[in-house]
Amino acid sequence: MAYSKQLIKHYEKPNNVGNFGTTAEVKERADIGVGVVGAPECGDVMQLQIKVDQSTGKIEDAKFKCFGCGSAIASSSVATEWIKGKTLDEAMEIKNTDIVEELALPPVKIHCSVLAEDSIKAAIKDYQKKNT
Amino acid sequence: MGLTLPVYLDNAATTRVDPRVVEAMLPCFTEIYGNPGSRNHSFGWDAEAAVNAARAQAAQLIGAQPKEIIFTSGATEGNNLALKGAAEMYAKKPAGETSRGHIITAQHEHKAVLDPAKRLQKMGFDVTFLEPPADGVITAEAVKGAMREDTILVSIMWANNEIGSINEVPKIGAVCHDRNVIFHTDATQWVGKMPTDVNRDNIDLLTWSGHKIYGPKGVGAMYLRRRKPRVRVVAQIEGGGQERGYRSQTLNVPGVVGFGKACELCSLEMDSERDRLLALRTKLEKSLSASIDHVQVNGHAEKRLPNIMNMSFGFVEGEGLMMAIKDVAVSSGSACTSASLEPSYVLKSLGVGDDLAHSSLRISLGRFTTEAEIDFAIEKITWAVHHLRTLSPLWDMHNEGIDINSINWQSH
Repeated sequence: MAYSKQLIKHYEKPNNVGNFGTTAEVKERADIGVGVVGAPECGDVMQLQIKVDQSTGKIEDAKFKCFGCGSAIASSSVATEWIKGKTLDEAMEIKNTDIVEELALPPVKIHCSVLAEDSIKAAIKDYQKKNT
Repeated sequence: MGLTLPVYLDNAATTRVDPRVVEAMLPCFTEIYGNPGSRNHSFGWDAEAAVNAARAQAAQLIGAQPKEIIFTSGATEGNNLALKGAAEMYAKKPAGETSRGHIITAQHEHKAVLDPAKRLQKMGFDVTFLEPPADGVITAEAVKGAMREDTILVSIMWANNEIGSINEVPKIGAVCHDRNVIFHTDATQWVGKMPTDVNRDNIDLLTWSGHKIYGPKGVGAMYLRRRKPRVRVVAQIEGGGQERGYRSQTLNVPGVVGFGKACELCSLEMDSERDRLLALRTKLEKSLSASIDHVQVNGHAEKRLPNIMNMSFGFVEGEGLMMAIKDVAVSSGSACTSASLEPSYVLKSLGVGDDLAHSSLRISLGRFTTEAEIDFAIEKITWAVHHLRTLSPLWDMHNEGIDINSINWQSH
């Protein structure tokens, strides 16, 4: 199975790797939402953190960490790139199929894009929960 | 010495054909092209002579008589013939009935044994799938403990293809012979690399394959004991009655000749090769263990083939790791590409957690592996594991003192 150029680019040089602090630190911050999806026993864990500009309601920055295959890492990279500068509602609109298309994911790797979509939604929900 | 990339370290999957094997095969395409079954002209006689020479080479590798060798299309077919053929031959009751006889095998066998065993279950046989201990070694005691009055067949692989662990084959054979139970061993990873003597080692049926021993794909053999006791199987492929009726089909003469040559080369070079591979693997294993923390070798530390190493690299996913070491070809126990997302059933049967099974690599060395290639692999893997850990949320959690097993993960 050969991977697309886009996928290899995002795998070899992923964008926005990192976090805004330790698990304990980000938990205390109202401007940060954290989504952790997947499970080690399934071979994929994605952690997505979003930093929201609370005056504009836009995602000003996003960071990810990923335990998973090349497609999972590339999907996370694409997700963080796409959500930056978007409002929460706009970010909620991102579909896994968009990521599949962007990276030309083969059928067996579609679950990686689902995980990326889920991580965006989980991070937004976490932010909203902190700010209600 | 120059290094040609990519480096091939997946010799348990298949091997490069030895150039000496190719050379032996070539005349069989254009000169010795007769059908060995043609008894009335020189084309047939020449082909028959070539096949007989190969049969002797194959027999010699395992301490058998040439008449005890049945050529097959490979170990999968051999295992099907051994299990289904022996079960049918030694069944205690006719087809259509239940309790037709008891068969013992193990959970971490190759699918080419497990699937025929499951088929036999559906055909009225009882099958015990022994659960291996953490080191993967099936002992004679374990087999003895599972024996029943109606046990007719035991099938235990000699060495495991994913972890290289070596089962107690000679002792298991002795347990079987004490009770007049037929003993089959899938020796695909063992034969050609380790000394084999079917009489000393108490084996009735032994199957192996050409492409794991630097021979061509699509050819293999089954040893079928002729004396003490005389063992028989029911043919699974019927037709022209070749191979004394046990396996019909016009023989694949080029394949058989290549297989024979591959067996001969293994007979000659096995001893020195075994020491060389063990030294290389030891270097690989020690270097990786020294330069990377949170690693574990899967399978028995010593009772293991010299050319296979299965290692789990904590907090890093195997498939992502393989992609990061793209100039080094290996295998992983992470089956992320399969629809089920289930990792290696072999590692699972040993009690290796699913997370560590997803983090495993199988690295298998071979005749053409050089020290420069091992050095390159050590460097690449060390870099890749450290790199991927900087991307791994599990690694962060571990460093923050969070127990990964305590988290309520939402499986997808």
